[in-house]
Amino acid sequence: MTYKRPKADAVIVGLGWAGSLMAEELTRAGLDVVVIERGPYEVTHRNFPPSVAADELRYGARREALRPPSVQTLTFRNHRSQTALPGRDLSNWVVGYSVGGAGKHWSANAWRFTPADFTMATRVKERYPHMQLPEGLIVQDWGVTYDELEPHYDRWEKIAGISGKAGVLNGALQPGGNPFEGSRSAEYPTPPLERSRWNDLFHATTEKMGLHPFPIPAGTLGAAYTNPLGINLAPCTYCGFCGFYGCGNWSKSSPNACVIPALMTRKNFTLLTECTVLKAEKAADGKTVTGVTFIDSDRNIGFQPADIVIFAAFQFDNVRLMLLSQIGTPYDPATRTGTIGRAYNFQTMSYGFLYFENEYMNPFISTGALATQVDDYNGDNFDHSDLGFIGGAGILALSDQATPMGMTDRVPAGTKLWGSEWKKAFQHSYQNYAKIQGQGTSYAHAESYLSLDPNYTDDNGQPLLRMTFEFNENDRRMARFVRDRIADICRQSGAKTWEAMAFPDQPFSPTRAYDSGHTIGGTAMGLDPATSALNRYQQSWDAHNLFVIGASSFPNNAGYNPTGTLSALTLWTAKAIINDYLRQPGLLTR
Amino acid sequence: MDRRSVIKAGMVLIATSVAASIYRPAGAALRVLSGGNRWHAKETLPPTPVDPAVRMFLSDKEYAQVTAIFDRLIPADALSVSASQAGCVVFLDHQLAGPYGQGSNRYLKGPEQAGTPSQGDQSLRNPAQVYRIGLAELEGHCQQAFGSSFEALGAEQQDALLAQLESGSVQLGRLPSEVLFKQCLANVHEGFFADPVYGGNQGMVGWKMIGFPGARYDYRDFLAQKGHKLEIIPVSLIGRI
Repeated sequence: MTYKRPKADAVIVGLGWAGSLMAEELTRAGLDVVVIERGPYEVTHRNFPPSVAADELRYGARREALRPPSVQTLTFRNHRSQTALPGRDLSNWVVGYSVGGAGKHWSANAWRFTPADFTMATRVKERYPHMQLPEGLIVQDWGVTYDELEPHYDRWEKIAGISGKAGVLNGALQPGGNPFEGSRSAEYPTPPLERSRWNDLFHATTEKMGLHPFPIPAGTLGAAYTNPLGINLAPCTYCGFCGFYGCGNWSKSSPNACVIPALMTRKNFTLLTECTVLKAEKAADGKTVTGVTFIDSDRNIGFQPADIVIFAAFQFDNVRLMLLSQIGTPYDPATRTGTIGRAYNFQTMSYGFLYFENEYMNPFISTGALATQVDDYNGDNFDHSDLGFIGGAGILALSDQATPMGMTDRVPAGTKLWGSEWKKAFQHSYQNYAKIQGQGTSYAHAESYLSLDPNYTDDNGQPLLRMTFEFNENDRRMARFVRDRIADICRQSGAKTWEAMAFPDQPFSPTRAYDSGHTIGGTAMGLDPATSALNRYQQSWDAHNLFVIGASSFPNNAGYNPTGTLSALTLWTAKAIINDYLRQPGLLTR
Repeated sequence: MDRRSVIKAGMVLIATSVAASIYRPAGAALRVLSGGNRWHAKETLPPTPVDPAVRMFLSDKEYAQVTAIFDRLIPADALSVSASQAGCVVFLDHQLAGPYGQGSNRYLKGPEQAGTPSQGDQSLRNPAQVYRIGLAELEGHCQQAFGSSFEALGAEQQDALLAQLESGSVQLGRLPSEVLFKQCLANVHEGFFADPVYGGNQGMVGWKMIGFPGARYDYRDFLAQKGHKLEIIPVSLIGRI
């Protein structure tokens, strides 16, 4: 059977960080908001209390908090000459499956991007006029600047209770923070976390090398805190059950802990759970959408009409919804035209894996975001004139790995992985292992894109999203440069043995251990409808009452985790809707 | 649309939402949550403790084979008891009977096609089938090559054959030998380090071997003792059920 729900002022698809922040803004402005969420309603004390959450088999290995591939997966190929095949098992595509979305199980590395990350096309023209970028590389400005986003970063950090130490406050350098960061209008709402033993070693080593270590901003709270929505949050207890887990302490920033309790009290807020949105419906005029069609938990088809439609699903689900709704022109790599699925980008990783002697790293004292970082080689913080690439990486000593099942291969290269030899090696390395992550920028390429798969479908019979992706030459050169900087640090660190690697030296695979889950772009925002799906307010060029919010909007990825930036962009878009769009519906770039 | 009319429209909608619910079937209607009302979440239950006396999936023959394999992957030595003594075979038996073993989270739609290494495992086999097929083929291979079952071979011979399985240099039958090996290695590690509630890691032997404190949830008292050996007694979820 099919049914139609009462019309809403706005319907939002997905209640993760983007959806919950947008709902908070719009309901506070008085709009009647309906959010449609694919997963169930979940709350800390019933669904992931400490008596349930601290279970590595359930959440770390079986990944019960995530959407299983049986419900929906992606197909993948490295090149468009190949046939894409489905990801059948759990992989690095880490999608939430409950209220809170990926914001429930994230590791809570809570970054701002640097000012240059938003304007790299202009920056390259000005600073590197003679640089030859690889053919097909897509470098374009976002249409929004760091300065425009700064108040929204600040607001999100306050809602989330982010811990950290400012490096640049109102233009003035601050000791102990990141001297390369864009200027902040305020200090972090909670103090930085206590450093781990490994953080200390990295801090001392990099400082001695003349680099600039600082504690990373973390959504694992540095102190008890009440956020601007009046919600009480608790101090982090360093239990280490963060990434892939819901936090049982109310001490990890999440939509569940930080935003949804406020929405629950608002009478103009409605949440449909366990309902999957199938597509937005286009109006007869072709210039707007009328609402969204969804399938509910009884397998009935519902229609939710609304004046404004907002896609706030996971990055690749936003792109897929645009393609399924047939809004805009799908990208065609042969002609390099069309925008939906174009400018797909990722996160280019490098690593150092180190093994010390006679250490007690006590890795179990950790959080998903317990790290000391240097940004000396991130973004455009260093001169690229003679390097032949743009971008870089945040290089960090990450103390986020403590649960044993995921560490059984953390023994020096060449060690047998079973028998008494392995037992001895693992016992030793559990206390002596450390890792340095180079979390690198990613630029899109004409040959990497997202489209609908012609062969495979999800549990509702809709085509899966097809990913065609391989690392490009720019990112390869960047990652090798970063790998060598990591090797420099490993050499100075006092580790007995170590190995450093650049991930683009092997073909990309979604199943590779330690690779990133930061899948980005596909409905890029920008200033030109020929090269962007959305304008600078994340508003569809093709349907002015449709907004698409999330990391799907980033034309390129910075050397940081995406959550802080997608949250700031959400609040930027909310402000444009409330202050401008409601008064005069239409393209905001008029 | 000004804000006042938006608010007014919103109030009208709240008034009409009761009538609208007539059109919604009961199951889905229960999952519609409205601001200002109480929201109820379904409960996430703790795992049911495994009863080692109950056999779930493996036959007696398979149980003996797995015991022999697991006890070479994690042998008894000065550091700990063996995998089977730690309960890893009990763990596996229960896992294979459940959603993991049955592959209920895997994407199993066809067509099944061989892919590139980057595209990952494309087979439609679930972990339970890997054991059922792989162990039968291992028995066939051992009878042919040694005239004896794997579990009757000496430790050195077992280790040599396991190394061959690991490298894929021995042909068992339909199942690539390294698939069986990887499956066994992954599961024995899981059993050895999973919470004891799942049947393995009995007495928290795996955790004690490396010094992992288990299902603890607060280390703030230890933050200042950086670089020192901490003698923290591990805890299991069992104590909380």
